[in-house]
This record gives sequence, structure tokens and C-alpha cells, in this order.
Amino acid sequence: MIYINEDLCKGCNICVELCPVQTYQKSTKINHKGVCVPEHPDDTKCVKCQLCTLSCPDQALTVEDD
Amino acid sequence: MTEHKNRFLKYLREERLPHIFCPGCGNGTTINTILQGINKSNKDFENITMVSGIGCSSRIPGYVKCDSLHTTHGRALAYATGLKASNPKQDIIVVSGDGDGTSIGGNHLIHAARRNIDLTLVCINNDIYGMTGGQISPTSPEGTKATTAPYGSQDKPFNIAEIVKAAGATYVARWTTAQPVQLSKAIKEGLENKGFSLIEVISQCPTYFGRKNKLKTPTKMIQWMKENTIPIQQAENKTPEELKDKIITGTYINQPRPEFIENQDKLIREVSTIDPDENIRKAYGGNIE
Repeated sequence: MIYINEDLCKGCNICVELCPVQTYQKSTKINHKGVCVPEHPDDTKCVKCQLCTLSCPDQALTVEDD
Repeated sequence: MTEHKNRFLKYLREERLPHIFCPGCGNGTTINTILQGINKSNKDFENITMVSGIGCSSRIPGYVKCDSLHTTHGRALAYATGLKASNPKQDIIVVSGDGDGTSIGGNHLIHAARRNIDLTLVCINNDIYGMTGGQISPTSPEGTKATTAPYGSQDKPFNIAEIVKAAGATYVARWTTAQPVQLSKAIKEGLENKGFSLIEVISQCPTYFGRKNKLKTPTKMIQWMKENTIPIQQAENKTPEELKDKIITGTYINQPRPEFIENQDKLIREVSTIDPDENIRKAYGGNIE
């Protein structure tokens, strides 16, 4: 499962760019901090390589085994 | 949300988060790769001291839960040398930017490399002075625009990795923030190397470098890095024209030689009656192993 901490995410979309299996998608929904947090509609796509948690500049992502 | 915590948050001062860096800044990625590098290396996180100068990247030690020292502009390596000499048992990571490390502190950089002091320098090169408003830095590539170069920079940029290699460092590597796995491996190797190690991180500054150079978003900057990166093995067979404006990544040198503090220690034991171990113990009031 993928969890995004909306208090930390600044909406840079680096996870969208770097994910090797395109799990993340850009979003247009603005949250309580005025940030468009990326969406992850289908978590089964995720291969748990942890590249997104390593590259997330704001330490907002968590990828856990189901 | 609290039970699902990012794997690096336990090493960070959470009360200070979210950090001050702009959205998409490469400094955040570099924090993760430093922590991953420490984790994978044979070094203990409790034994790490982080030193930094002035700049955006120099705020990193303030967010990490280890001993840290925020020093004057460009002098981080000088302070780190003092720390290392006073207690050679600690592992020191110096974080600096391209302006802080190679321009204001350029002299300290080449001499720390020449003496081969056991420090690990993570130099975050974003090609611009980000904190002060986007001025041209010594590493800005020719033709790039900035607030002080509206018609494009006309000077030849520094090649940090090659300079430090020529100055005598024993481990030099360059990676981009679009290659975080390789970067964390380089930081691990740099930490384990006994001697001066430089890891040059080519990073993105979407706020100043990107906005002035038609790479407005962090993703565009990441794409620009991916397109312009050449591994060092491939670059050997290419002409200078082909390598213009390219980022050559890889390990530049990994060749150990005698280290400064070790040499000093050996000399003291040879010529003096003072026991260096006892000296350090006394200086810390006997509170050190």
C-alpha cells in the first residue's frame, strides 16, 4: 500500500516522473495546504522498489508490503 | 496517518518539518540518499557529525538527528578538519553547495583534498546561487541565464569532480538526483573510504535555475538531467563537442593513499612522549572511550 503524508507533500510530482511502473498520476485536486498531491489509483501496479521513497524530497511517501 | 511513517523520518527532527526547501528541490532527495548511505555503510549513525556552511544545502544538518555544526560561509571544511583532528574517531559528513564549497570555500576544498583528510564531502551542485536570489555561480554552464547574467553566462564553469580528483582526493564520484540509488551507494563508498571523499550531486533548482532556463517545473529539470547524463565509461570515447553541456556521471577515482590524521598520529607516537589517546580522553573530561 502507498500512503502520502499530505502535511509534508509539496506537490513536486517527482514520484510521477521517476516511478518505473507509472503508479502515480498528477492530480488537479487542491488539498487543505493548497497542494495538488499526486494520486495512486491502482496500488497493485506498485513493485515496491522504494525508488519513490528514496527520491521524495519531502519524505512524504510510505510504501508498505500488503 | 501516524502509523504509516516514511522510512527516513526517524532520522530527522520531525518538529522542524516540512523543511524550508522549495517544492521539488534536490536537497530533500540528497537527505534521503545520505541517510540511506549511512544505513548501508559500516558506520554508526550515532557516531556521525554533520558540518555545513551557508546556503540552501547547508541547512540539511539542521534537519538530521545527529551532532551538527552550522559554520561560516565556505569554511565548513576548515571546521570539519578541526573536529576530525580533535577526535579522529568520529565520522564527519560535510554538506555544501556549489557556491559555498567551490567559490567562497574553494581554497579549503583543494587543500582538504590535497592533504587527504578523512572527511566525506557531499557537494550539492545546482549550478546557481539559490538562496540569495539566483546569481551565476562558478559551476553555471556556459550560456545559462541567471539574475546576474540575463544574456547567458560567458565563463567556463568549474568541473568540481575533476578539480578535486586532480587535487589529490582518494574517492570522487558524481551522480544526479535522478539517480538516487547510485548516489546513495556512492555516499556509502565515500563514508567507508579512509581519506578525502567527494560526492558531487548534480541537483535541481526549479525556482531559480529552472525558471530562468525554460525548465520551470521539477519534473522538467529531472527530464533534462536524464537526457543529458552520460556514464563516465562511455564519455571516454567521445569528442569534446559531443560532451558539451553533458553531465558525466560515475566514479572518477577510488584509490586509497595514506591519510592526514593517521600520518599525524603516527608522527606524534614516534617523536613525542605524549599519548594521543590519553590526550583526547582528557580533553573530553574522561567521558570518551
